[in-house]
Amino acid sequence: MYDKGKVLTGLAIFVIIVTFPIWYNASGSEHYPNPKILTKVKDCVMPLAYMRSSHMKLLVDWRDEVLRDGNRTKVTVDGVKYQRSLQDGCMYCHKSKTKFCDECHKYVGTEPYCWDCHFVPKETD
Amino acid sequence: MKILYPFVAVIGLMLIAYFGAQAGLESLFGIVIPYLAITIFIVGFIRKVVYWAKSPVPFRIPTTCGQANSLPWIKQNKIECPSTTSGVLKRMFLEVVLFRSLFRNTQADIYDGPKLRYGSSKYLWLFALMFHYSFLVIIMRHMRLFTDPMPFFVPILDFFDGFLQIGTPPLYISDLIILLGLLLLFSRRIFLPKIKYMSLPADYFPLFLIFAIASTGCTMRFWDRVDVVNIKHLAVGLASFHPVIIGKLNPLFYVHIFLVSTLLAYFPFSKLMHMGGIFMSPTRNLANNSRMVRHINPWNDPALKPHSYADYEDEFREVMVEANLPVDKGLPVKEEEAPAEDTAAE
Ligand code: HEC
Ligand code: HEC
Ligand code: HEC
Repeated sequence: MYDKGKVLTGLAIFVIIVTFPIWYNASGSEHYPNPKILTKVKDCVMPLAYMRSSHMKLLVDWRDEVLRDGNRTKVTVDGVKYQRSLQDGCMYCHKSKTKFCDECHKYVGTEPYCWDCHFVPKETD
Repeated sequence: MKILYPFVAVIGLMLIAYFGAQAGLESLFGIVIPYLAITIFIVGFIRKVVYWAKSPVPFRIPTTCGQANSLPWIKQNKIECPSTTSGVLKRMFLEVVLFRSLFRNTQADIYDGPKLRYGSSKYLWLFALMFHYSFLVIIMRHMRLFTDPMPFFVPILDFFDGFLQIGTPPLYISDLIILLGLLLLFSRRIFLPKIKYMSLPADYFPLFLIFAIASTGCTMRFWDRVDVVNIKHLAVGLASFHPVIIGKLNPLFYVHIFLVSTLLAYFPFSKLMHMGGIFMSPTRNLANNSRMVRHINPWNDPALKPHSYADYEDEFREVMVEANLPVDKGLPVKEEEAPAEDTAAE
């Protein structure tokens, strides 16, 4: 092999970059989210699997229907009516942003900008 | 055919993963194949580079795109034809980071009957920049799924990439640019007749493959959404060697990582190795200093000593004189007369 020093240095850099997640995770500090359900109700507004993957879509659909079409009909869960709203709907059942929404969002690194305008419910311990 | 086969191959791969994952082969597609692929990628990459490093490059290869170092009053092009290490570093940097040699592309065409002209052709350079940089951003952003806590650069990239705040979760600019870049690179191959003629299935396959990867990724983000939390849990698990698949994940996700695994495993055996090759290309990484430094051909037989012209003439002088060939030194004169001649000459 010619230019051994240079080639091996280059390859070492390559391996270090490619294995980045392995050595970066080596401390093993993964925090799998555990969003707290702070309501006595049993079900969410949609099936759990749908909520876990697509709640952001639901929220934006609600927003469009409520605001753009003026359709403020309520959503029924187990016979009880809830407002189709971020503050007064989702957060009516999910009382804490930090213990619920943020649990997952911190984990996947997303920071919805909704709270720039919408009120965050008061955090009670 | 050159286009159809790679296209069918990519569709086939997608179908395999789509139905395979639903048939209960989740851990094959989610765990076994990704590990296999990354191993092939790393080992294959290193083997290829070592293989290249074993071929001797006996001579410096000056490229003709710049004036070499010459007489003091001729201006040297220090970047195109460097004669020092720092010049080479500049040339390599511009090559790797800005694809400088693509910028120099020209295209010949014939106009007005038989007149030939060369024009600058920057499309490849532009499309390549679009594609490579958005791919880089996307790979770096994906580190959010492989690490917990995330490295510092992820939120920064995420902020600027999602800057337009269109849709939810926000549209990434790099997603748009990579798809556009791939489409343009592909149209280059089908609309320019000369490029089309030169293109092989091995050129189309990576294009289709990466296009499929990017579009399944976008689909999972914007249309057929997935449980990102559990996917991240699997990805972090893969990176820390105890992968777990929780629940049923969207089969599209398995299609996505099966295609990525294919890309990784295919990489070391394909033209994609230009990622390593760019650093190994002798026309880019060697200083043109042949006039200053003697480069010895590494496969020379060490038993063969250099044989200068003076030695050669010493060996064959008599025969040369006999054949009336010009010689530098002339035959030695008769012994007795030699000293007298010498003094006379002085
Ligand atoms: C009627 C009260 C109620 C409302 C209103 C409600 N949720 Fe839920 N949500 C629940 C309950 C109860 C669960 C747990 C369901 C389960 O475990 O099956 C849940 C689960 C979830 C989950 C999954 C959590 C996990 O651990 O996987 C998400 C995400 C979620 N809700 C988001 C929302 C969003 C966003 C809204 C507003 C669009 C909303 N919810 C509105 C009661 C509600
Ligand atoms: C089960 C975990 C989980 C819970 C609980 C959860 N989210 Fe999410 N949320 C996610 C994931 C995952 C994403 C998508 C991340 C991605 O694709 O980048 C997301 C994305 C979003 C987005 C779109 C992202 C953006 O930047 O615009 C909004 C809005 C959102 N969530 C609102 C909420 C609200 C409000 C709550 C609390 C009621 C909540 N979520 C609770 C996991 C969760
Ligand atoms: C620029 C400020 C702003 C931002 C940012 C914003 N909203 Fe809103 N949103 C409003 C206003 C104003 C209303 C109207 C409230 C009304 O008339 O009831 C509203 C209403 C809504 C409604 C329907 C009614 C209600 O009371 O909740 C939903 C659902 C909603 N927003 C969701 C979201 C989501 C999800 C996000 C983040 C992706 C978001 N909004 C970001 C300003 C904002």
